This record gives sequence, C-alpha cells and structure tokens, in this order.
Amino acid sequence: MSTVNRRVTLLAMAAVAVASPFAASAQAAGKTLLNVSYDVSREFYKDYNAAFAAYWKKTTGEVLTLNQSHGGSSKQARSVVEGLEADVITMNQANDIDILAERGGLVPADWAKRLPDNSAPTTSVSVILVRKGNPKNIRDWGDLGRPGVSVIIPNPKTSGNGRYTYLAAWGAALKNGVAPAAVKALVERIFANVPVLDGGGRGATTTFAQRNMGDALVTFECEVPLIQREFGGDFEVIYPAWTVLAENPVSVVDKVVDKHGTRVQAEAYLKYLWSDEGQEIAAKQHIRPRSAKVLAKYAKDFPKVNAFTVDEMFGGWKKAQKEHFDDGGFYDQIIVRTKK
Amino acid sequence: MFLSRTLLKRHSVLPGFDLALGFTLLYLGFIVLIPLSAAFLKTATMTWPAFVEAVSSPRVMASYRLTFGASALAALLNAFFGLIVAWVLVRYEFPFKRLVDALVDLPFALPTAVAGIALTALYAQNGWIGQMLPFKVSYTPIGVFVALTFIGLPFVVRTLQPVLEDLNHEVEEAAATLGANRWQTFTKVIFPVLTPALITGFALAFARALGEYGSVIFIAGNMPMVSEITPLLIITKLEQYDYQGATAIAVVMLVAAFSLLLAINGLQAWTRAKQGR
Repeated sequence: MSTVNRRVTLLAMAAVAVASPFAASAQAAGKTLLNVSYDVSREFYKDYNAAFAAYWKKTTGEVLTLNQSHGGSSKQARSVVEGLEADVITMNQANDIDILAERGGLVPADWAKRLPDNSAPTTSVSVILVRKGNPKNIRDWGDLGRPGVSVIIPNPKTSGNGRYTYLAAWGAALKNGVAPAAVKALVERIFANVPVLDGGGRGATTTFAQRNMGDALVTFECEVPLIQREFGGDFEVIYPAWTVLAENPVSVVDKVVDKHGTRVQAEAYLKYLWSDEGQEIAAKQHIRPRSAKVLAKYAKDFPKVNAFTVDEMFGGWKKAQKEHFDDGGFYDQIIVRTKK
Repeated sequence: MFLSRTLLKRHSVLPGFDLALGFTLLYLGFIVLIPLSAAFLKTATMTWPAFVEAVSSPRVMASYRLTFGASALAALLNAFFGLIVAWVLVRYEFPFKRLVDALVDLPFALPTAVAGIALTALYAQNGWIGQMLPFKVSYTPIGVFVALTFIGLPFVVRTLQPVLEDLNHEVEEAAATLGANRWQTFTKVIFPVLTPALITGFALAFARALGEYGSVIFIAGNMPMVSEITPLLIITKLEQYDYQGATAIAVVMLVAAFSLLLAINGLQAWTRAKQGR
C-alpha cells in the first residue's frame, strides 16, 4: 500500500509542481506551505487545509496554497531530514520530529514546548476491534495473550500504530498492578498470538477485515469508523481499562520557513489547529480534540477512557524507542523468542 | 586512452571507440557506481565489530536464507516453466497468441504492491486458491516464493524468445534425418543452444527477486526468523534512523548478489565457449 501511496503522492506533487506557477500567477503571488504528515491524516488535513485557507484569506487577504504529503511517518521525517522542504511537519509520534532537531538542527530541541499540549493539538487512543458478538470474550489486553486467541497487530518495527499497541499493552499492565518483572512475559504472550505482522495499520486492517484472520485487531480509535464504513458493521470496539494516548505533535520546520519567508503563515497554520473550527474538523474525523468544549459536543463518539501518555509512562518517546524498539530492545527479545 | 589504443583499438573496426568507451564509463559511473559507492562509504564509517554485529545477527542470517533461497528457487522454477512458455509462444500458432504474449509482460508493468495485494488475497486461507490448498501459502515463506516467481517470469521468457526465434529449423531437420529421435534432438541440438540464454534469464530473475520488496511484504507475514526478507530488515533499520546498519546489510546483499551474478556470467561464457560460438 505504501508504495502505491507514495506513487500517488509523487504524482500529486508533480501535478502540483506543474500547476503551481499558473496558480500563483492567477492569484497574486500568494505563499505556499507544504505540510509533511503521516499516512492516515490525509482526510483530516484535506478538510483542515480548506478551512484554514478560507480563514487566512478572510483575516489577511492573502491567498495561501496548502500542499500536503503523506506516507509512513518515519519515512516522511527522513525525507524532511534529507531535504524535502516542509514548512510544517505533523506527525503521530514525537520522535519523528525529534529527529529533525538531532539531524541538521531543522527545529530547536525544545520544539514541543512552543505550542500548548506538548504541541499536540489532537490525540487518539489504541482500541481493540473484535468480531461481532465478541465470540472470544476479549475485554482487555490480557485477553489477547490467552491461548487460542489470535490478534492482528502491525509490525512495531515499521509502524507507529504497532508501537503504540505494544506500549498500550505494556503500560496498561503496569497500571493494572502487574509486577514490573511480569509485564514482559505478558506482552510476550500477546505477541506470541500474532500470526501476521503487517507493515502498517491499513495493511493490518485488510488482513483482519478482508482476509478474515485473527479474533482481534488493535488500531487507533480514529481508524474504526473507516473500517466500519469500508467493511460493514461486523465488528465491535472494545475499550480496554487502560490504554495509551497517542499524541499527534506538530511543528514549524524553522530552517525551511526562514528560507521560504513563511514563518508567519506556518505558525498561524499550526495555531489554528487549536481553534474551535480546527478541533471540530478533527472530531468529525474521530480524532480526539483537546478542547473540552468540542470534546463535550462530540461526547458520544469519544467514550471516556483511562489513558496514559508515552511521556508519563515511558519517560518520552526517545527513551521508549531505545529501550523497546531499537535493535536488541525488549520488543526484539520478545518477538524472536515467540517465533523460535 | 592508452589502454584503448594499445590493447583494444586494433580489434575494433568501428570508429568512435574512444568516445563510446568514455561515455559508457561515465554513464555507468553516474548511474550505477556513484550511488552504490555511497553505500560503501557509509558502511566504512562503522567499526568492524559493529558491522559484523549488524550483518550477522541470527535474525539477519535467517533473512538471508529466506531471500537468497526463495529467490533461487523461484528463478529455477521460472527457468523451467519460462522455457516452456517461450517455446509455445515461438513455435506454435494459436488463437489470441498476441494476447498471451502480452500477458507475459504484465508482472513487469504492474506496480509490485498491486501484485502483492492480489497474490495475498488469492492465496489467503479464505482466498480463491488458498481455500483449495491443504497448506498455508499467504503469510508463510511459500508466499514469498510465490510472489518472487510471479515477478521473475518475464525475465526468462523474454531472454529465451529471440534465441528460439533464431534457431534454424534445418538443424533440427538434419538431426532427424541423421536418425535422432525427438528427445535426442531436444537435448543434444536445441537445448545446448538455449543454455546461455536460459542462464541469463535465470540470473536476471534471480537478481530481480533478491531486491524485491513491494510485493513480498504483503504476502510474507513478516515473522522474525521465519518470513522476514532482507530488504524488510533494511527498512526496519531505517525506521530507527540506523542508516549505518541499513547500509551494512545492503552492502552484504550487494556483494553477495554481485559475486553470484559474476559467477553466473562466467558459467554462461563457459557454456558459450564450449559450444565454440
């Protein structure tokens, strides 16, 4: 899927590149912003860009061209590090923005402190999707580790969705009072029940919904409506007692906006994500808004959950990545043992 | 220039040798050597123990076995069936022959991800083919083999076709008049002529399979130690921004693939020489 997406993105970018000189001349030299984002935020930013462009035109009179590029999040971050001139970067994991500070100093190290809520205007949570009627009676993470249960999880090595799933199960076990020494064994039992490690979240969805594999699929809450729409309502969502809060951080890419002279526009673009309009667009896409007001308005779509952040439970993404997901980390130890 | 003038030029009857050779080297340098040498340079920044660690952990070794093994098997299967396909397409007339001929190129043209998704759907346990088979194909190493067979087929067929077309019917007729039976005609007369092309086709299909990522990734299941291909491990290293580790594995693959291709080319030259062509 990602290759196809990339091709489509490239085509779109090529089309934009060809079209933009004409667009620019027609619309009195407006500036252009490129938003480089992760794979499944496409629909959200499509709507948001239209809303922001209208807002910006109304308040300043300037016509902005907003381009978006989507793909696997680490892949996108690497492109920016290697020279893709993104004015803003919008990710679903803080370490994919940290890398811009570490390599080439494209953003300052304290980028997350520049905007409210850790610079994350929206969130989602990892939930469990089961087949209708919940025949295996799956209620919580622990049930996924039972013998005879099969669960589809995207590969934590290549997918942010997979990493959040793993951290959700790990953190929930700690929150539920499992002794730290026993947590690893518990997560290991869950991954021993994984028959396929798809490259990304959408691939795992296909495996679960279309290939009919597995009793459960772990994915983001915001993906559930799409799955229900595409594959019918043959699934039920299970909210575990504890889960992880997936924060979607955003940042201006300082080196690029200073070069393009687009800092004002880029900062406004990100700030508007916290506006009522921006938060509502997110809520409509089943992405959890930060605003209490908007959250209350859409309360039926967002059941109350107990969620911990990666920062409070694992001491930040950098530490979690190093301890759990880098080569030889806990995840490798677990997965190699379950498959030997 | 010195080299060309003293050693090579006197063999050449065509003008423009210096220019053509210079252009060839420059072109190959830009297109092939410079990008590849970047991989070697990146790897050179690693310490030796770190390099060994990166390229020989049990998980990486398991992926080499799968990638090289499945690629070789797929290329072998293609060499056998590709020969039959090429033979039928060249030697016989039948309805819709051109359509069938065009079908052979489809694996070239199809985006590999599309091929991967289609094959996975077909061979999954609830798929058309998968439900008829007594064993699992999708999400196992057999799935990897199936995907690599699919993408490799055109290489064998397209290298064999022109050689088969050039084959002189008179030689076969002569063999027959001299008392050879059909099997002898095939094994002693036709097959030796085809061997070099067959080896080339095998080598191309094999090399293509080694680097294949897009289609395999959907059907493999990607289980560590079981169905992880080497290109996937390169991607996972990149995901953790471990550029050195990724290029280290890439360099090993490159060297292995290059040695194998060199050996196959040598074999091909040897079979040609044996036939005195």
